[in-house]
This record gives sequence, C-alpha cells and structure tokens, in this order.
Amino acid sequence: MQKSKVYPWYFALGSVLIYTVLSVLPGLLGIGYSFTDWSAYSVDLHFVGFKNFLEVFSGKNDYLRYISNTLWFTVVTTIFKTGLGLLFAVALSRNIKWKNFHRGILYLPSVLPILVTGLVFTSILNPKTGFLNEFFRTIGLDFLAKKWLVDPKIAFGSVMAVDIWRGTGYIMTLLIAGILAIPGIYYEAAAIDGANAWQRFRYITLPMLRQTLAVTIVLNVIYGLKIFDMVYALTNGGPGHRTEVLYTAVYKMMSKGLYAEGTTISSVLFIFMVIIGFFMVKILTKDEVVE
Amino acid sequence: MVYTTKNKFIQIFLKNILAWIASLIVIIPMLLVILNAFKADGETLNMNLQLPKIWIFSNFSTVIEKGKLIRSFFNSFLYAGVGTLVTVFFGAMAAYVFSRRRSRGMSALYMYVVLGMVIPINYVTLTKTMITLHLTNTKPGIILLYMALQTPFTIFLIYGFVSKIPVELDEAAVIDGCSPIQLYLKIILPMLKSAVITAGVLCFLNCWNEFMMPLYFLHSSEKWPMTLAIYNFFGQYEMKWNLICADVLLTCAPVLLLYLICQKYIVGGQTAGAVKG
Repeated sequence: MQKSKVYPWYFALGSVLIYTVLSVLPGLLGIGYSFTDWSAYSVDLHFVGFKNFLEVFSGKNDYLRYISNTLWFTVVTTIFKTGLGLLFAVALSRNIKWKNFHRGILYLPSVLPILVTGLVFTSILNPKTGFLNEFFRTIGLDFLAKKWLVDPKIAFGSVMAVDIWRGTGYIMTLLIAGILAIPGIYYEAAAIDGANAWQRFRYITLPMLRQTLAVTIVLNVIYGLKIFDMVYALTNGGPGHRTEVLYTAVYKMMSKGLYAEGTTISSVLFIFMVIIGFFMVKILTKDEVVE
Repeated sequence: MVYTTKNKFIQIFLKNILAWIASLIVIIPMLLVILNAFKADGETLNMNLQLPKIWIFSNFSTVIEKGKLIRSFFNSFLYAGVGTLVTVFFGAMAAYVFSRRRSRGMSALYMYVVLGMVIPINYVTLTKTMITLHLTNTKPGIILLYMALQTPFTIFLIYGFVSKIPVELDEAAVIDGCSPIQLYLKIILPMLKSAVITAGVLCFLNCWNEFMMPLYFLHSSEKWPMTLAIYNFFGQYEMKWNLICADVLLTCAPVLLLYLICQKYIVGGQTAGAVKG
C-alpha cells in the first residue's frame, strides 16, 4: 500500500493554507515591518534597522512595562490557577457528596465569554456601588472595601483575581481527569501501608499527575501571554497604563496609527512564543511522539 | 482505629466546606446577573442579591430591540456555525493524513500546524493582510479568521483519535477498491464521529465567545456578533444594569445550553489532550 497515494497530500491543503496565510504569514511579515518606520501618517516606508526594538527595550516609553505586565499576569494567574485547581481537584475527585454539582459549577465560568465576565465584574468591583464592597460593609469589614479597579496599586491584582475566578475550574477539571486516571490500587496499597492523606498526595497523586500538570501549565501560559478581553473589559489598561498588557497596548497603537511600534512589540511576543512554543508543543504532543 | 475515623471525619468535613465556599464564590456573581436582569430601572444602581420587587420580564424584549440582538444572534450563529463546519471539515481531513503518513515531512508539517496553538497573532500585519485580500469588514473574512485560529487545536485533538483506528481497515478498503476519498468518507469519518463532534462543539464555543477579531475587523454594526454588540450596549447604557444583565443572559444562553447538552463532549475534549492514558 503506497501511503502517498492512499493518503493524498491535498487532504491537508485547506487547513494548512488558511492557517499559513492568516496566522503565520502576518507573524513573519510583522518581523519584517518591525525594521521599518511604518505608520498611518506616511505612505513611504523606510528601513530603520533595530531602532524600534531598541526603543522597546530602552525603557524610555512604557513598552517594556506592557511586556513585563503580560509576563507577570501569566506567572501569577498560572500559579494560582494551578494551585487552587489542584486543591479543588483533590477535594472533588473522590468521596464527596454533590461532587458533580460542585464540578459543574466550578467549570461553568470557563465556557462563558471572557468579555462578558469582565463586564459583569466591573459592576461587582465598583468601589461605591459594587456588590463586593457592599458585602464587606454589611459584615462590618469596611477596611476591606477597596477601590478595586481604580486604585493603581491593586488594579492589576484585581484583574488577575477575576481571571483566576474564571479559569480555575477549567484547570481543576483537567486535573480531576488526571487524578481519576491514576489506578486505585496504588491508594489501596498505600492505605495498607498506613500512609496518611498528605503522604498519599505527596507520593502518589503528585508524581502521577506530572504530565497533566505540565499540560495545564502550558495551557495557562499560552492563555496568559495572549490575554486581551479580560483586561479590555475591566480596566482597558488603566489607571495610567498600570494594567496595560501587550494586546491592549497593540490595540491602542493601532488606533493611533503607530503601526511600526505595534508590530514590533507583537513581534517580540511572536519570537518569544515560537521559541518556547516548540517546547510547549513537545509537552502537549508527548505521548504521540513516543508512540 | 478511633483515631483514623475521627481524622477521616475532619478531612471530609474540610473538603465539603472548601467545596461549598468555592461553589458559592462562583455562583454569587451569576446569581447577581440573573436576579438583576428582572429588576426595574431604578432598582439596579446597586446590584445586590435581593429578589426583584416586581419581576419585569420586559427587560428582555427591551434589550432585544435596543441592542439589536436578533441580528447579532444570527451573525454570531453564522460565524460560529460556518466557522466550525469549515474548520472541522478540513481539520479532520488534515489530521487523518498527518496521523497516517508520519513521514518526516508530514510530521514536520503537523508540528508546524500544532505550533499555531502557541503563536500569537500579529494584529497589525494581519490587518494589512486582510485589507490586501479584501476581507476586512466582510462575513467570509471573519469566518476564515476563525478557521485560522481554531485549526491547530482541532487538528491536534482529532489527530489523537485517528491513531486509534486500526490501519488494517484502510488496507482492507483499498484492496476492495476504495478510492482515497471513499476510504476517508465511508470508513474513517464515521469512526471519527465522536472526535469530530467534540472538536466541533469546542470550536463553536470558542468562536461564539471570541471578541477580538470582530473588534478589529468588523466596522459596520449590522455585522456585529453578540460579544461586540453587548460591549457597545454596555457603553451606551452604562448605568442600566438591569438591561445589561438581561443582555448578558441572552448572550450567554446559547453557550450555557450547549454546555448543558454537550457537557460530555466539552469536558471530554478538553481533558483528552491533557491526560494520557
């Protein structure tokens, strides 16, 4: 049986073509345009060398902060979603009443449009009229009533908290599936040997979950570095660019006609992601490669 | 033994407390939206958990009319529906060929496509590309963009399922005189049914919830999907949270319905990639 005849190459053509033209090509073109002075205000393009990149990394503008905000967002949300997700997954995997109810509820936010979640939380986190502060005032904890999305010191923390609210259930669901795939016989053996709950978690659950945990971390990192909707709905980068991430900054640069700047910071992310992406894809496709 | 039973009791107690607190933290914001969607105009300055004094169902019809929701519903349905059909149709064929051929070139091509799950879109140059192809502010443009966005994960997901179908089936079919297209359509595709449904449901969900592509590429309001429509409605009626909540419910309703019906496929599909047997 001749494989190239039975499985013709043109079966893959449609997908590869559209993906290449509308996803890869703009990325590559973007790197090219990063070396020009492309803008909405002039028709001519000039080669400017590394000027745009130097500008990004010089720290003169806020560009570097947009990149560091994006990375910080990714690191913090990944840690919290993984940690909390693991905690809930362990609690909800076995021996608990109403487990399907809890699992269903916790997973729910991750199927809702991110933008809509953000909009709803602008009301909940409103300093004067928001539900959260009203709640704190009602139970007498007035000092906890903060200006969540307005105070420059805590605004970014609030944005990350809402995103953790949204995404933890999804990570939990992946980890529950991972835990349920661990053969029960390990736990029975451990119980006979007198292992306590912590020991069972530390020496059975955690090592056996390594691959699933790696995948969830990869998914969180991919999601975090591309964050837009959540920030756009909650703060749109404010107050004073404190919560500005890469994609919200690019959107503003686009509307100001600063194409070269926009494409340069997009390209920084693109190059970074292609490099780490290679390792991430290796993790995601691990068993297939072994096969 | 008394010690261990007591210990176990405390453990189960703590687990339940944790589960209920977590569930409450998730439920309360949703409950807020549901309750406030039925309140009168003046009642929603503070969104709270009190029941509406009078249940006002007309909020929904007001929103549908003012927010032009019927139009955006059909737009969303078109983008997500057709986007899903083309993505899954071409994606399944590609995944099948990638999984079966495994030559060095094809494996490299598979990696190249799957890398798409990671790489970010450069919206500045994408805009230029879209203008060059005359696709900005067009419905086919958005559908093709969704296809480009969703193809990598779709292929990644279906690829794993194809390798579980025995190659002997293909050989038997070829000996019986099947052409490549017949083999794919009559033998392989039916066996991929659940994978294709899973990929389709996830793709539909992601397209329905997507916001950035319409924001960049759809300028005329009659082409807006629901996410963009609700964002603009929010801008216009900033203080009228009863109407915004009604709009939120209507925007989320199709997704929630899909989640309830297809929970098995959604959760199954998302965990399939993460958990290796």
